[in-house]
Amino acid sequence: MLDDFFIRALIAGIGVALTAGPLGCFVVWRRMAYFGDTMAHSALLGVALSLFFEVNLLIAVFGVAILVSAVLLLLQRRQSLSADALLGILSHSALAIGLVLVAFMTWVRIDLIAFLFGDILAVTPSDIALIWGGGAVVVAAIVYLWRPLVASTVSEDVAEAEGMNPARTKLFFMLLMALVIAIAMKIVGIMLITSLLIIPAATARRFSASPEWMAVFASLIGSAAVVGGLFGSLTYDTPSGPSIVVAALLLFILSLIPAFGRTAAERPANKGVQG
Amino acid sequence: MLMSKRAAPAADNRPKSKETLVSLSNAGIRRDGRWLVRGVEFDIARGEVVTLIGPNGAGKSTTAKMAIGVLKADEGSVTRKRDLRIGYVPQKLAIDWTMPLSVRRLMTLTGPLKDAEIATALDATGISHLANSEVRHLSGGEFQRALLARAIARKPDLMVLDEPVQGVDFAGEAALYDLIRTIRNATGCGILMISHDLHMVMAGTDTVICLNGHVCCRGTPEAVSQSSDYMKLFGGNARSLAVYNHHHDHTHLPDGRVRHADGSITEHCHPEDGHHHDHSGRDHGHSHDHAHGDHAHHQDTQKGEGTRHA
Repeated sequence: MLDDFFIRALIAGIGVALTAGPLGCFVVWRRMAYFGDTMAHSALLGVALSLFFEVNLLIAVFGVAILVSAVLLLLQRRQSLSADALLGILSHSALAIGLVLVAFMTWVRIDLIAFLFGDILAVTPSDIALIWGGGAVVVAAIVYLWRPLVASTVSEDVAEAEGMNPARTKLFFMLLMALVIAIAMKIVGIMLITSLLIIPAATARRFSASPEWMAVFASLIGSAAVVGGLFGSLTYDTPSGPSIVVAALLLFILSLIPAFGRTAAERPANKGVQG
Repeated sequence: MLMSKRAAPAADNRPKSKETLVSLSNAGIRRDGRWLVRGVEFDIARGEVVTLIGPNGAGKSTTAKMAIGVLKADEGSVTRKRDLRIGYVPQKLAIDWTMPLSVRRLMTLTGPLKDAEIATALDATGISHLANSEVRHLSGGEFQRALLARAIARKPDLMVLDEPVQGVDFAGEAALYDLIRTIRNATGCGILMISHDLHMVMAGTDTVICLNGHVCCRGTPEAVSQSSDYMKLFGGNARSLAVYNHHHDHTHLPDGRVRHADGSITEHCHPEDGHHHDHSGRDHGHSHDHAHGDHAHHQDTQKGEGTRHA
């Protein structure tokens, strides 16, 4: 049985997955999984501030995610602590401050679980417009910035030497991450956003012969996980966000089975000839 | 041209009309309160091959990065020709294995290329058969060839090659240096090369700059290979010990500071210190400080001095 709310959930979820795919590839290539987690966790702080100051939720979440990543980059420059420890501090304190602030605001009633783990089945048509509109912006930006993004991921030095601007590229990448977190929050929730970025990209690795294909496959695999997870959620009456992540994980495990997805490029290269 | 005034006379043989691509003037990079390199001066003209040599930690890569603008000079100045097209082979390039990157895709990393240009470059470096291989499956030598092919295919004004033949077997090494020379002759690009083996690059180099936190000596490969500073830094044979004991007026300590002949210790040895064996021609013709009378000179090093800047 396919209700209206379920169709809306599917459309919204697929929109998020298509957007998250290419961005997730960069998160994996640049080893920024924990960084993404930190930005996502800061989203709850954004939620609290949006309620407190009565500003638009999306703008507040986006702003706080940008702020947290800026603070992180500044602290990293001082090199007082390892990036790893800094991420741990920022990630959990942003989440904790958000939780504390929400608890203080006794005059508002918010569904904390929905923010933490997503409430895809409560998606409204305007949410869908936001997801697809925002997603289109993100995907267009990634396509436009594709070459500098890939080049500075491989080597910032080479990109810089050969006329690109890796610092600016990185800034745009942060902005895109913050935007995706803001629009994906409702679907999988703050705690699970990074899984939708990382797991489809990691799954796509096995099937991909180029960065471009990996981005496309990550989008498709993410969409499949959304469809599978939502049907599972409907069938077994499980929460939708976690169900999508479990479906993504199952696809990832499938991709690890050796018989699947071995590309020609992945076989060891011919090393016979040298010189 | 700045260079011709400062360089050893032999280096003046190259055409003077050539356009200067990069010019470093008293340039230095400082990190965490100490100078990685300082007082670096050189120009690279179109068609010229400049080779930086020096021991580990001498600041060779830092100097190269400063020349191409990856690092900003903390003192002095670096000027580059407008819209200078650079092809860069970095010393290290760690590609995360999660990125599926074929050799062919690596070629177009920073700009589009025609298929024919890619094929020509891969053919020149001898790895046509690896075009569709994933980069992470290449051996060290094959990977270096791929990086070199990428730089060549860009048809740059200036190629910057940081130890371009690392991991390549001996026969292949000579062939690649030949290739680099051929490319210079064919395209007229300038080349800034980093090597730790002067003898391999000698034939193809116009100017050698010997670095050790500062410019120790410079000149034609023949002159530098005979100079006592070069022997002090690289002498792997019997006389190296004698050269070491007798000749240099300062010692580079492991922490980057410098102990001078009189026992004093300073943060760096700037050329302006005046403690230097400077082959750059600042004090040309008597650049070896015989004034340091407390240094007994070894026979071999005197021979070195005799042929310096011939």
